[in-house]
Amino acid sequence: MRSLILRNRVAGLVVSASFCAFGTWIIVSGALGQARDPSRSAASRAQGVAAWEQVYSVLSHPRCINCHTATNYPQQGDDRQRHFANVVRGPEGKGVPGLNCASCHQETNADSTGVPGGHNWHLAPLSMRWQDLNDKPLSSAAVCRALTDRSQNHNLDGPGLLKHHEEEALVHWAWQPGRRPDGTLRSLPPLTHEEFVAATRRWVEAGTPCPTGR
Amino acid sequence: MTTYQLNVNGERREVAVDPSTPLLWVLREELNMTGTKYGCGISACGACTVHVAGVATRSCILPVSLVGERPVVTIEAIGKDPVGRAVQDAWVEKDVVQCGYCQSGQIMSAVALLKHTPKPTDANIEESMGGNICRCGTYVRIREAIKTAAQRL
Repeated sequence: MRSLILRNRVAGLVVSASFCAFGTWIIVSGALGQARDPSRSAASRAQGVAAWEQVYSVLSHPRCINCHTATNYPQQGDDRQRHFANVVRGPEGKGVPGLNCASCHQETNADSTGVPGGHNWHLAPLSMRWQDLNDKPLSSAAVCRALTDRSQNHNLDGPGLLKHHEEEALVHWAWQPGRRPDGTLRSLPPLTHEEFVAATRRWVEAGTPCPTGR
Repeated sequence: MTTYQLNVNGERREVAVDPSTPLLWVLREELNMTGTKYGCGISACGACTVHVAGVATRSCILPVSLVGERPVVTIEAIGKDPVGRAVQDAWVEKDVVQCGYCQSGQIMSAVALLKHTPKPTDANIEESMGGNICRCGTYVRIREAIKTAAQRL
């Protein structure tokens, strides 16, 4: 009886060890296989970069980039002109005491007067500037590097960036920008919000790859 | 027409207006408070500045429907505030005003500045007052008056 129990235990250990070894073999061989298949890795990166370029097409649209300046002021309009009335950034990106963003921009768009609005209207911090000091948009590669630098982006990892694009109120505003003072509708980014989020998800799942170059 | 209950200068005021009516015109036309001025109508000049929940706000582009429960303070009542009183006294002392049309907006912005920054630098004054236009060019005296008020607060 004792030998039967011992034999079963040994057999169990052998089976367990076999499963572990098999599992380990699968993991190791899988990883090696991936490493040994550069075309597959390159394809994934290429798909990720392609998804990023879609994301960038939105980020560089005036509805987004106008408040991601490198200067002391926001921009406005599709021609990205300097914000009128001497509006300045202020220490927290919300203007200055006599001239806050909230002096005009309310919690929602004011379509009857043509003033856009949304929750917590403010400029992006300088660490998230997507333009140079001459108001020229940074390249796709440069914006990608900035966006994925956790020392600059409020320590957001890939899922954090995805969540920001999915949920942030001012991101959503870009697709509901309201009417201009002349009553016409403001232009929209080139993708829908759903497409933008889907592209961000593909980019994040690919490991947030960035284009090469400056 | 929609009826709104507004808190203006600490008093409950009821108005029945179109929701898109700018606060400026509610103040001037419905409540007969003409101290707040119409300048450009596009928030570019600052003549219509009032305080909404303590924030210097351009009333010409603020639809009354977006005011909500937030208290509104206008030039008519700013003298009851210690900072407002100091600013108005300094304005008189420095004889800031020429034609005067923009000055209620100038004072409302100056008060907002001093409430947030009691000892403003020249740069603070230029930035905070930069959206208030004065065609008479009283900017030098405005700056002096703000500094005078700051010294007394």
